[in-house]
Amino acid sequence: MGRRKKMVERVKTLMKNPENVRNIGIVAHIDHGKTTLSDNLLAGAGMISNELAGKQLFMDSDEEEQERGITIDSSNVSMVHEYDDNEYLINLIDTPGHVDFGGDVTRAMRAVDGAVVVIDAVEGTMPQTETVLRQALKEHVKPVLFINKVDRLINELQVDSQEMQIRLGKLIDHVNKLIKGMNEEKYKAGWKVDASEGTVAFGSALYNWAISVPMMKKTQISFNDVYEYCKQEDMKTLAEKCPLHEAVNDMVIYFLPSPIDAQEGRVNTIWHGDVSTEIGHAMMKADASAPIAFMVTDISMDPHAGEVATGRLFSGTLSRGMEVSVSGTAQKNRIQQVGVFMGPERIEVENIPAGNIAAVTGLKDAVVGSTVTTMEGMTPFESIRHASEPVVTVAVEAKHMRDLPKLVEVLRQVSKEDPTLKITLDEETGEHLMAGMGELHLEVIAHRIRRDKGVEISTTPPIVVYRETIQGTAGPVEGKSPNRHNRFYIEVEPLDKEIVAAIKEGEISMDMPELERREKLMEKGMSKEEAKGITEIHESNIFIDVTKGIQHLNETMELILEGFEEVMKGGPLSREPCMGVKVRLVDAKLHEDAIHRGPAQVIPASRQAIQAAMLMANDTLMEPYQKLFIQVPQEQMGGATKEIQGRRGIILDMVSEGDMTTISSKVPVAEMFGFAGDIRSATEGRSMWSTEFLGFEPLPASLINEIVSSIRERKGLKKDLPQPSDFISA
Amino acid sequence: MYKLDSKALIAIGMNSSAMLTFVGLGLFDEKDISVKGLEAIKNADEVYAEFYTSKLVGSTIDKMEELYGKPVNLLTREDVEINPKWIERGKNKNIVFLTGGDTMVSTTHIDLRLRAIDMNIPTKLIHASSIVSAVCGLSGLQNYRFGKSTTIPYPYLSSRGNKIVSHTPHETICSNLKMGLHTLVFLDIDMEKGYMTINEALKILLEIDLIKDRNQISDSLVLGIARAGSDNPTIKCDYLKSLLDADFGEPLHILVVPANLHFIETESLIKLANAPQSLMDLVND
Repeated sequence: MGRRKKMVERVKTLMKNPENVRNIGIVAHIDHGKTTLSDNLLAGAGMISNELAGKQLFMDSDEEEQERGITIDSSNVSMVHEYDDNEYLINLIDTPGHVDFGGDVTRAMRAVDGAVVVIDAVEGTMPQTETVLRQALKEHVKPVLFINKVDRLINELQVDSQEMQIRLGKLIDHVNKLIKGMNEEKYKAGWKVDASEGTVAFGSALYNWAISVPMMKKTQISFNDVYEYCKQEDMKTLAEKCPLHEAVNDMVIYFLPSPIDAQEGRVNTIWHGDVSTEIGHAMMKADASAPIAFMVTDISMDPHAGEVATGRLFSGTLSRGMEVSVSGTAQKNRIQQVGVFMGPERIEVENIPAGNIAAVTGLKDAVVGSTVTTMEGMTPFESIRHASEPVVTVAVEAKHMRDLPKLVEVLRQVSKEDPTLKITLDEETGEHLMAGMGELHLEVIAHRIRRDKGVEISTTPPIVVYRETIQGTAGPVEGKSPNRHNRFYIEVEPLDKEIVAAIKEGEISMDMPELERREKLMEKGMSKEEAKGITEIHESNIFIDVTKGIQHLNETMELILEGFEEVMKGGPLSREPCMGVKVRLVDAKLHEDAIHRGPAQVIPASRQAIQAAMLMANDTLMEPYQKLFIQVPQEQMGGATKEIQGRRGIILDMVSEGDMTTISSKVPVAEMFGFAGDIRSATEGRSMWSTEFLGFEPLPASLINEIVSSIRERKGLKKDLPQPSDFISA
Repeated sequence: MYKLDSKALIAIGMNSSAMLTFVGLGLFDEKDISVKGLEAIKNADEVYAEFYTSKLVGSTIDKMEELYGKPVNLLTREDVEINPKWIERGKNKNIVFLTGGDTMVSTTHIDLRLRAIDMNIPTKLIHASSIVSAVCGLSGLQNYRFGKSTTIPYPYLSSRGNKIVSHTPHETICSNLKMGLHTLVFLDIDMEKGYMTINEALKILLEIDLIKDRNQISDSLVLGIARAGSDNPTIKCDYLKSLLDADFGEPLHILVVPANLHFIETESLIKLANAPQSLMDLVND
């Protein structure tokens, strides 16, 4: 314990010197060995014993994680490493690789400046390797590469020394191709990985060794030596000569930027305020004496301290008792504790200066993505975009009626902890609906509600969340207020696909300055008149006001938009969320007196006009698809392809490597329930598979009526397909 | 025209007295109705009423039913605005529709009459006293010196989390003031938030005035009237800031923002509404 205490003291000292701090994330495809790597890095730094590392999965502190053998939450830990006679503080975040937990990766990338991308030497780059790499580049997070499980090449695939080098070279080339394809600018600016330079390390996280070109120079161990040690199955000696933590941490410290170097580039990417202001300047310089700029990237529950908000401090120094404002709320919050994470343990400290990852309590109003500041009127950080969208829903019910109030509180809590989870209350049925990124995601949450929060719940089988969109144009459709004194004229049309993509990517949002947004939209082909008239963006739908000089429209607009939002949250066909709808307000006639154009008048008029217009424009359903990758031995191929085809899936590609074939396919999420069990029996348990969110595609015409009716029935709507006349009188 | 319609109706076997009569109930309690109005109710087959645009605060449905000797069907806002099916009853029955004040002063009601006309239902109006004229009566302000009226709605918090405060009342008052016209300001009647008081209204106006940063009405004279038509109405005139916390008592409240005063108006406000004596100095100057 004395040793641990000493470690905490060193962490506290190093924290104050941002030149010697590295904030990094470890990212990878599932099962490529992130958590084992993290554990062994910790062990190397003396944070946990060597024997425990790799077996204990220290970073997976959740019982559920250890049971399932996967990482569900991102874990934070700080450790100290010596390089060139200097001590450095490495703040490390381990992130989940399973696609159902992708939200955590996105958030973690906001907190760090560099990423160690882990790739299995045998499997190579996998779909989620691409996803996490893309997220890193988007957040201006610099990658280095760790090629794991190199021993498998030698001992399982029996490749010789030369072929091993060729294979590793190919792998590196492929990663660079990905980086180049994702962001050529950064690639050219030196973000490509290069073994000879030292931004690539090879090794085995499990057997605790790694090597890189600089490490070879340092230790005089050559590639051939490595090959021989593996061949002779003497990796213990290798681990002594080339310890994993030394190779990886040296690489991190030398090649990944300190907060000071990183923030200068990152602030422009994640913050759209004016960099010439005081706070802009302070963030670029990671100035510890400036006002606070703190971005919350994670919220967790501590049984004693309550909610703990973890995030990245870009400027200022956090300390106990400080009064701060949280973006989006009016009241001030008082910081109770500040601390750093050491695995599952949070160590309290007096204060934390800019450039570090901090865990604080007392931020009652903060949610994941909040900007916390002491600077009045600071422009908040860009909101965190998630690569996938919630596409699967279950209804949650308390087993005992008396637990209902507790359930409501617990659901509020879990949605605060996990922003990729959407909790809604179905007004018609009184059911609580929980929407997440996949079946597994929801299972884990339900399990946690039972275990951690102690509420007995039952859940319905999962159902798919569809999207409504229009295929044609309609309008102008007249919407009348109930008192008939106000009229709104609405046109709808499908929103251009390029613009939809740009909105989803976060390139176009209501948060950005108007002029910039207008230019972006015009670049994508929107007319100037429309680009100027954008009044609201809701998910991937936009509302455009093309009217001119209508008196009182200004103070009525919020109500019109309320109607717009209501429809976008639940379309006219089946009350499923809408996507890709462009709504134009082309004219309005308003009563002069405010009382005759209040909420009870304007909201229904706007809502009904949009609903009717969408139905006239061929409203239809889109269903979510997943990319499905299956790796399977030749003789089980038939079983695997049958599973895909039996689920309305389409095979996109098949690549054979030795005895193994990787099948890439796309399958509707609706058909994926129960897949884990079925593929196991279809391939005698010899396949490996992973999924990734693909997007939405039109539901086959033959299924539309049946599915719309069943959704309507489930939601207590009248079963017949709705007509425009249901929403507006002729 | 009317004769033709009536003949046609008889020809198809309908009740010749089938019609829709709009009856104003006056200002305060059930006794403010006109004799003609009361007769119309007595002769009616069915009686409908709405009290969300205005209300007889001095009365109750029970008291009205006792006086009329027949039941009163109370209509919701939805019955009046979205789904006024009951109007169709006027095709073969003699129905009356009761409202507080004078009928048709509330903008909503003309829509009902237009719908009835479209259904070939004969309509008729029976007037009663209205707050619009009562305000002049109680204060001495002169009817022809009023500009546009306006209503102050309760601020509204949208489901998107934005608070909307309509600036229209403020704008209307200012443009009237510029033209030297008084403004009659109706106050919101809300199902949930209740009857807006003069104090609430003044605070809202002051807030907008500060936002607009023009101080246009912060120092204006205002006149508040409560319970017009009752035996004990409250009528107070003073500068806006002095009335912010003044007690006007029970509802309904209404507000006037007077513009330049004619000297008889000044004298009336001092004598009837306890306006500051100093107003007289302005006249004498």
